[in-house]
Order: sequence, then structure tokens, then C-alpha cells
Amino acid sequence: MQGAIDSTPVVTGHEVAAHEEHQDLRVLGLITFLASEFLMFAGFFAVFLVFRGSHVQWPPEETEVELLLPAVNTLILVSSSWVINLGTKAIKKNDLAGMRKWFGITAAMGAIFLAGQVYEYMNLGYGLKTNLFSNCFYLTTGFHGAHVFIGLLLILGVLWRSRRANHYTDITHTGPEMAEIYWHFVDVVWIVLFSLIYLLTLI
Amino acid sequence: MSNASLDAIAAKSDQPFPGAPNNWRRFFSFSTDHKVIGIQYMVTAFVFFLIGGLLAMVMRGELITPEADLVDRTVYNALFTMHGTIMLFMWTFPMLNGLSNYLVPLMIGARDMAFPRLNAAAFWLVPVFGTLLMVSFFIPGGPSQSGWWAYPPVSLQNPTGNLINGQVLWLLAVALSGVSSIMGAVNFVTTIFRMRAPGMGWFRMPAFCWTVLSAQMIQLFGLPSLTAGAVMLLLDLTAGTSFFDPAKGGDPVLYQHFFWFYSHPAVYVIILPIFGTFSEVFPVYARKPLFGYRFVVVSSLIITVLSAMVWVHHMFASGTPSWMRMLFMFSTMLISVPTGVKVFAWVATVWGGKLRLDTPMLFALGGLVCFLFAGITGVMLGAVPFDIHVNNTYFVVGHFHYVIYGATVMGIYAAIYHWFPKMTGHMYYEGLGKLHFVLTFIGVNLNFFPMHPLGLMGMPRRVASYDPEFAYWNVIASLGGFLLGVSTLPFILNIVSSWVLGKRAPANPWNAIGLEWLIPSPPPVENFEEIPIVVSGPYGYGSDESLVANNPAGELISEHS
Ligand code: HEM
Ligand SMILES: [Cu+2]
Repeated sequence: MQGAIDSTPVVTGHEVAAHEEHQDLRVLGLITFLASEFLMFAGFFAVFLVFRGSHVQWPPEETEVELLLPAVNTLILVSSSWVINLGTKAIKKNDLAGMRKWFGITAAMGAIFLAGQVYEYMNLGYGLKTNLFSNCFYLTTGFHGAHVFIGLLLILGVLWRSRRANHYTDITHTGPEMAEIYWHFVDVVWIVLFSLIYLLTLI
Repeated sequence: MSNASLDAIAAKSDQPFPGAPNNWRRFFSFSTDHKVIGIQYMVTAFVFFLIGGLLAMVMRGELITPEADLVDRTVYNALFTMHGTIMLFMWTFPMLNGLSNYLVPLMIGARDMAFPRLNAAAFWLVPVFGTLLMVSFFIPGGPSQSGWWAYPPVSLQNPTGNLINGQVLWLLAVALSGVSSIMGAVNFVTTIFRMRAPGMGWFRMPAFCWTVLSAQMIQLFGLPSLTAGAVMLLLDLTAGTSFFDPAKGGDPVLYQHFFWFYSHPAVYVIILPIFGTFSEVFPVYARKPLFGYRFVVVSSLIITVLSAMVWVHHMFASGTPSWMRMLFMFSTMLISVPTGVKVFAWVATVWGGKLRLDTPMLFALGGLVCFLFAGITGVMLGAVPFDIHVNNTYFVVGHFHYVIYGATVMGIYAAIYHWFPKMTGHMYYEGLGKLHFVLTFIGVNLNFFPMHPLGLMGMPRRVASYDPEFAYWNVIASLGGFLLGVSTLPFILNIVSSWVLGKRAPANPWNAIGLEWLIPSPPPVENFEEIPIVVSGPYGYGSDESLVANNPAGELISEHS
């Protein structure tokens, strides 16, 4: 047989300390997980579309959505994806202060988004149980909001850990990187959600 | 190598890593060693197998007479619901995860899984949701009665009116099981992609690892669907939404789509590692390379893809439009092609080999026979006109028990016996093993064959009483059921006694090829003294080329045994 050794991506384990999480694999693990998580949202969106297709008027009369606030929220969330990216770019240049600044701003933007979401809930005038549309509306936005909240915790966790000297450097920055990937995920889900639940009402 | 030195090696490798409990207590600790976790999974799962089996025997006791006399109808509903749920979510999945956990790192030449702590967390969820499900036996109203599908509107009924009821606990348990499975899947996929030993290109990876990879990818795309469905059902049940409640405009058939979009692929999550086991076991005991290795492993991936496109064959009788029926009948027929490729390859592997009928081989052959039978009934069910006739009858129950008991449980037994010496460092007792096989094989056929004529005669599933004309076959099935209960006794006796007293196992008792056989039994913590450098394919039986370019056991074994 071919005596040569196939070139395979390899972690030989010699350099990896025993029974530790393998740093460099975590990003791949996270992406795998998020791909799967995305499909759960896809399921919720599918339900929304099925009900939309089977109703003459959608959303039904007493459950219209508002557009201005969510549009502003969308702007905030989408631009926060750029901000967090500046943060990881900074740490890759070993600029810890820069990373902390951009991550802090991202966290603030996330918090504003969540506050806006809660404000919207309180002013809509209908609740989860009202009808099938409101079921779908609160389910999807609620689940997304929960993910934003988790993302916020991740960012705050990164900020907390960055207080330790040399915890994040231009070489070791898996934590910030993962927080960024997660944040982009939350962003992408929102764009789909916004298009379906809000923009489609315009058509 | 002399026996004395082997004993010394085995004794030496019994020493666990420093600081960890070095006896049975490590199995009760939050260990991050994939081998400990593997055994934790398997033993836990087996306990649930016994519980699920007891429930089944109560059902068979009820069905031995046509009247509903042994248990009340509502109790019977709870029994089949819990039986199905336990057997799938708490026996088969954890058991196969345990096997894969133990074997995959060894087979690909890694020292552990990619995320050891995630691995441990995923395992410890199993006793948690297991307990949650068991608790439902003791609350007012008892466990869920809506079957392992939990179809609405039946599952939306809440006769007790309590917030904590059997159905809610069921949903929480299933959701947690999903979380645990996703954690496992992320871990397996990352491990197999990134931690293969140098030289182990994709087409040098053992077929078992290919099937685990395929199965875990199914978990990744399938489970979100079940989770989404479960979340909406839970909201309907507790928060007053009406996604699936037809009384309030919801659509119950939508739930069926969510459920089967996962649960059909889930049957491949179950059977694929069994296919992998067949592919590992047959070459060893036939002393021949796996026939058509590349076709076998690629067909696993094809099955993964196709498994996402057949789910509606469980819904042919749910008011499904005819274009959908046609489409899914076609895709169902299509998926039997890659499956057939594999069956052909195994038969060709065994054909003309020098067969050694040890217990693992017997179980694998028995499992293959049952799988063939179940494949035939499966294709029959895939044909719409036939399915409309037997849908919701015992024919379906017969079909899937041949796959799940006949092929899967027997395949699991094959794997356990085959790798038992590796896992424990002891040989099992061959005589007890053969007895176990004979009882199981007879039990399976006695219990599950009669379900086919019953189904064709029109006996519906999930009933506690039936027309006396069905009594004949039901009595036979019940006797088979009790025999299956008895068949676990020699197994338990064998495992426990040989684990404690059995002869010391050498590193490679079966003369098998594979990285796991190059290191001592049981493998030391971290598995490999030196990460193996793989230089040839996995099934070089009958050729004398070496599998590796170094000695991965380092000083533990100075020569290949
Ligand atoms: C050749 C491959 C297979 C085909 C064509 C096939 C086809 C089918 C069809 C059409 C049904 C639906 C019958 C009905 O509800 O009316 C069914 C049910 C079922 N099959 Fe298979 N099957 C195959 C393999 C498997 C395997 C490998 C497993 C498990 C490891 C499996 C497990 C099940 C289960 C659990 C059910 C019944 C679920 C329920 O109704 O509770 N099947 N099969
Ligand atoms: Cu199916």
C-alpha cells in the first residue's frame, strides 16, 4: 500500500494537556452547535409560514405589528455585529483595552435591544394567547430574545475574564472569538425573523 | 508473549490516573475519561432497559388473554407510552452513545473526546431526565398516556388539571434528552473531524466511526425539529397557546411533521452504529477484509442525507395529500438501496470465510437475519396501498421490533461481547454467551413474528383487550416476551461474574485489526502512550502489512501480540 502518510488535520495530543478542553476545537464545536440551533428557529419560522399560508388575513385584525421600533432595534443589533468584530480584531493585535471597549459597547447595544423588545411587548396590547399569530410572534421573538440574553452573558463573561492579566492575548483569544460568532448568529436569526414577521406584513 | 507478562500488563494498566478513585467508585464520579463515561452510559442505559422490559412484560401479561383483566386500560396506556419512551430515549440512545464514546477515540487513535467535560455533562443529564420520567409514575394522574409520539390532541388533554402532570414531565424529559444528545453530537462530530491520528485519512477510518459520524450528523439536523415541536406542545399544554390545538385553530398534523422529521431519521441514529458494529465484527470472525469498504462507508452518508426525506411515510394515513404520498413512497424505496448495499457487503464478507462462531459473531449474524426480515416488512410498509391497510396495526409493531430488538439489541449484544475483553480486561464466559444468544434469538422470533399475522388480520396496536380470534398468536407472542425477559439473566450473570472473576484478557483476544487492539486491555488512561501513525486501511485481514508505523502502547506492550 502507499507507504506515505495521508495528510489529515491532526491534533496529536502530545502538546495538548491531559483531559483539558482542546482550545482550538471549541470554535468548530460552537459552529456545529449553532448550525443545529439555527434549524430549531427554522422550525418555528416554518410554523409561522404554514399558518400565514392558511389564513386569509395575516396577521389577523386585532394583532397588527408595529414597525418603527423593531426597525430601530434591527439597526442597533446589526451594527453591534460590526462593533464586536472590532473587539476581536483588537485582541488579535494584543490591544486588550480596545477589546474591552468594543465588547462593552456591544453589550450595551445588546441590552438596549432587549429593553426595546420588552417595551414593544408591553405596548402591543395583545399577549401570547390571543391568537395563532400572537403565539408565533411571542414564540419566535421570545426565543430569539433568550438567545440575545445568553449572548449578552457571554460577552459579559469575556469582559469579566479579561480582567485577569494575560488571559486574552493575540495568541489566546478563543473566548472573544466564540462570543463574536455567537453574536453574529443571533444577528442572522434576527434578520430572518424581522423579514418574516415584520416586513412580510407590508406585502 | 507469555501469559505471566500479560497479566503484569493488565494489572499495571488497571492503575487509573493519579488523583482519581481507582476502583468502582470512579464510575460514580464526574469523570472526564471517555472510557469511564462510556461505561457509565452503558450501565445506566441497561438499568433502564430492564425497567422498560418489565413494563413490556406486564403488557404481554395483559395481552395473554383477550379481556383487559390484568391492568386497567389507562394503566395500559401509560405502560406502552413509558415502555416506548424508555426504550428509545433511555436505553437505545444512551447505550449507543456509550459504545461510541468508548470506542471512537480508541479507533481513531485519540486520547479522549474533543470536549471531555461536555461529554461528562451530557452523560449526567441521562440520570436526570430518567428520574424525571420515573417521577411521573408517582404523581396524580400517572405518566403520559399518549404514546411515544405524544400526538395532539390526545397529548393536550390534561384530566387532572394540574400544572405538573405526566405529559409535562414527559415533554421535559424528552427535551433534556435532546439537549444531552446535541451535546454528544457536537462532541462526536468535532472529535471525528479533527482528532484522527496521523495517517488516518477518511478512507482509513473504521466503518464504525463512519456510522457514528453519520448518526451524529442526523442528530444535529433532526433533533432541532423535535425540540421545536416539543416546545410548542409544552406551550400549548401549559401556557394556553394553540399551535397544535384544532379546537382553537391550530394544526395537529403539523406536530406530526415535527415529530417524524426527527423520529424517522432517529431510527437511523439507532441502526447506523449497529451497521458499524456488523462491519467491525464480520471481518474479524470471518477472517476476511470488509467487502466493498468504500461503498459501505459512503452509503452511511447517503443514508444520512436520504433519512431527512422520508418522514411522511409515517403519516400516509394522516390525511396526507396524494402527491405527498407518492413522493415519500418513492424516497422510502430509495433509502433501501444504500441499505441493501451494506447488506450485500456483509454477506459477501462472511461468504466463504473461515467462520468462528463466538458469541459476538452469533449475535451479529442473528441481528443481520432479523434486519433482513425487518427491511422487507419496511419496504412493504413504504408502499402506500399496503400501509393504508396495516397502518396502526400490529404489523407496524412487528416491523419495528424486528429492527429494534432483532437487529439493534442483538447488534448491541454483539458489540458488548466483542469489546468486553477490551473494556474490562476480562474474558466473558463463552457458554453463557451462547445460551444468551439462543434464548434471545428464539425469544425475538416468538415474540415479534406473531405480530405480523395479527396485523394482517387487523388487530390494532395500543389496545388492552382484543377480539378472541386474535388470542392464538397473542399467547405465542406473550410466551416469547417472557422468554426475552429470562434471556437477560444469563447475560447479567455473565457480565457481572466475568468482570469480577473472569480470565484476564490479552490485548487482542480475537486477533483483530484496529488501533484499539494494539493497546492493553483495559486501555490505560489517555489510551495511547504514543499517538499511533496509521499506515494502512482498517481491514487488512489476510495480508501481513502493518496497521501502524510505531507502537502506540509504548512500553506497556513491547511487541505486537
Ligand atoms: C429498509 C428500511 C426501512 C423502511 C423502508 C421502513 C419503513 C417504515 C414505514 C413505512 C413505517 C410506517 C408504518 C406505519 O406507521 O404505518 C415504519 C415504521 C417504523 N419503523 Fe421502519 N423502515 C425501515 C427501517 C427501520 C429501521 C432501521 C428502524 C429502527 C431502527 C425502523 C423503525 C421503525 C419504527 C420505530 C416504526 C414505527 C413507529 C411508530 O409508529 O411508533 N424502521 N417503517
Ligand atoms: Cu420511518
